[in-house]
Amino acid sequence: MHWQGDSVVSFSRRALLGCLSFSVLLALYLPVAAAQENPYFVAYDHYLEEPGNLEIEYFSTLGTQRGGNNFHAFWTELGYGATAWWTTELYLDGQTSFGDSTVFTGFRWENRFRPLKQEHFINPVLYFEYENKSGADKILKEIEGHDVESDFLVANRQAQKERIHEVELKLILSSTFQGWNITENTLAAKNLSNSPWEFGYALGASRPLALEASAKRCTLCPQNFIGGVEMYGGLGDRHSSGLHDTSHYLAPVLAWNLPSGWTLRISPGFGLNDNSHGFLLRWGVSREIAGFGSMVSRLFGGQQ
Amino acid sequence: MAAALAVSASFLAVSVVLAQGRSSGKPLVAAAPGYDPAIYAELQKAPEKARNRANPFENDPRAVAAGAILFEQHCAECHGKSAEGSPKAPSLVVREVQSATPGTLFWLLTNGVVRKKMPVWSKLPEPQRWQLVRYIKSLGGPALRAESPAAQP
Repeated sequence: MHWQGDSVVSFSRRALLGCLSFSVLLALYLPVAAAQENPYFVAYDHYLEEPGNLEIEYFSTLGTQRGGNNFHAFWTELGYGATAWWTTELYLDGQTSFGDSTVFTGFRWENRFRPLKQEHFINPVLYFEYENKSGADKILKEIEGHDVESDFLVANRQAQKERIHEVELKLILSSTFQGWNITENTLAAKNLSNSPWEFGYALGASRPLALEASAKRCTLCPQNFIGGVEMYGGLGDRHSSGLHDTSHYLAPVLAWNLPSGWTLRISPGFGLNDNSHGFLLRWGVSREIAGFGSMVSRLFGGQQ
Repeated sequence: MAAALAVSASFLAVSVVLAQGRSSGKPLVAAAPGYDPAIYAELQKAPEKARNRANPFENDPRAVAAGAILFEQHCAECHGKSAEGSPKAPSLVVREVQSATPGTLFWLLTNGVVRKKMPVWSKLPEPQRWQLVRYIKSLGGPALRAESPAAQP
């Protein structure tokens, strides 16, 4: 079958809508697991999904754009704990540029592996991702190379013509000490169309507002809130590494883990130099479906 | 692009089925409430320093109530509502667990047994892990703890 122009866009929109609807149904009707999610939007810590659980997440990024249209980028994330040491996730991305159009921009397939069996002072996680996206992608899930604000000035119709196949590797080093999580992510990304390796980083620190659990059930207890900050940006590419012509952001983050199993996150982000977007407002909602793997297995005649 | 999307979605689905199928074939316990004693051998791997740590909530009566809520939120899904075990994870109301020191249980919670599906729980702050240990140890009762090898002369 040969897919062209409008039919690809139409299929992509139907796939995105179908996936969103399916996710909402799953989130509302299947048994949930109480979450203890970190508040980060860009940085990763070393905790993986629980085995057999499916996490459904929706995130938004509202971004300001100097010299162009502000935008609302959004993505749906389906994360599955294949084992206690391997989490696999599928992302579907889209964006609306105000005064322009709404487009589906692509998908990502992400895998995280925990190589060490036990907890250590510094815990490494290996990350591998394949991205198939258009030049109109604006979710800013990671900043790499010489990504700058002016890259986003291209109109959607034009930007959609650029197809990007990219692999991305990350080394995640994360520690937990006296209630604090400190994490450092180093990334290397390669556009498969003969572009140089690009580099970037993300740093994060977070802590629950209370370390002890309350003896009563509560929604607004401080232990249900995790606050922190993350910082991320580009580090150039193989031919010109360093901080020149790169963008960087600093963003306070807050997560609210509700006893009902929902997690809400919010983060205002601030550009740290003239190459960065001035302001990014991110928010997200997620829910973890308990025992999803068992349900799928039963569908195929397996045991629980 | 449609084909690539379909391939990626298929990978996700296949990994779900494969991972689940593999774990289905080798349940950690034969059937609730029965168990395979070998799984409890993990408790013996706790280093001596960890085994000897005392629970700072040992004399805090509220810790049992707090631990019960934490258990319901994070543990009951696999270990059962009363910690009696399920095909996913072993019972905690058995001599091997109840006779283990609080420090041993804390160490296991912190490190998990990631090769056998028990996640790392260090994402719960340390006081909450101790509260969980306090609750788990409250489930056995004196009779079960008296059967403990440690309690034998």
